[in-house]
Amino acid sequence: MNELVFKYLLRISDSGLILAQRISAWTGHGPFLEEDLALTNIALDLFGRSRSLLDYAGNLEGKGRSEDELAFFRNERHYYNHLICEQPNGDYAQTMLRQAFVDAFELLLYTELSKSKDQTLAAIAAKSVKEITYHKRHSFSWVKRFGNGTQESFTRLQNAFHELWPYTGDMFEPIEGETDLVKNGFVPDLQKIKTDWEKIIKDLLEECNIRLPENVYMHSGSAKALHTEHLGFILAEMQSLPRAYPEAKW
Amino acid sequence: MSMSDNQGPLWEVFVQKKSGQPYVHCGNVHAFDKEMALQNARDVYTRRNEGMSLWVVPSEAIVASSPEDIGSFFEPANDKIFRHPTFYQIPDGVGHM
Repeated sequence: MNELVFKYLLRISDSGLILAQRISAWTGHGPFLEEDLALTNIALDLFGRSRSLLDYAGNLEGKGRSEDELAFFRNERHYYNHLICEQPNGDYAQTMLRQAFVDAFELLLYTELSKSKDQTLAAIAAKSVKEITYHKRHSFSWVKRFGNGTQESFTRLQNAFHELWPYTGDMFEPIEGETDLVKNGFVPDLQKIKTDWEKIIKDLLEECNIRLPENVYMHSGSAKALHTEHLGFILAEMQSLPRAYPEAKW
Repeated sequence: MSMSDNQGPLWEVFVQKKSGQPYVHCGNVHAFDKEMALQNARDVYTRRNEGMSLWVVPSEAIVASSPEDIGSFFEPANDKIFRHPTFYQIPDGVGHM
């Protein structure tokens, strides 16, 4: 069972870690100072959460791997983050829509995880729910602003939607054996979360005059650690320093 | 960061440290609407537990006295010592006033 919880913890912590790495690339390049700070704060929240989860995962695994070792010394084929988290930042509409998709998912997921039978996971999740509630408020207000702004902002949101939508299905792919965790009350059933998520996103996009398409091909694979071409580059950048200087402290 | 001024109007930010205490001006933010102003104020000025409550006010809603008004506005109060309650004995129990 511990092995299964370990893998589940990697799945959720990797998603936060890779998304944080992605959005932290905006630091110093935001549309204006206040927004630059806002998105950097969100990246820091995600890094913080992933640290707690990876630390706990390392303890459960019992092989003495620290959070840093798990973050910096695993390869692409051992990362379980959702595909959507590794998609490029694009323009600000794309970054905010990706964030809105993930925030809506995470708020539902972590709200359920805060009731987990695993008390450590429940405690980490309870703390995260407050952060994610704010993240969602921030990203949703940006998406609505793009959707109802100018013709250009709407076109950018529409393009971002076509780019990102096929990666949303992957968030609801369970890892092998996840049904056992659901049965034991450790984690929620993703199918239930999917229904709620679709309703929330449908309402958001309707406010932006974007209609959800039917029968779109959905990419998947991250539950088996199969990724798009982007993850390798993200890891190369993120891991280069600790791999070159394994004892480095900062 | 774009140097052209397309960041929206300015808003003044006031933070209240604890319930019951006055709101203290701490700076300003750019934002396009009320919701964004509140979020930006939260992100810029309350990152280190500075407060429990926020006000944001459009900067243009603030009417300020100008430096050249100092003479006519404030100096006449200098020699009106009778306006200070120094002619009364304040009972010990009153404490800070």
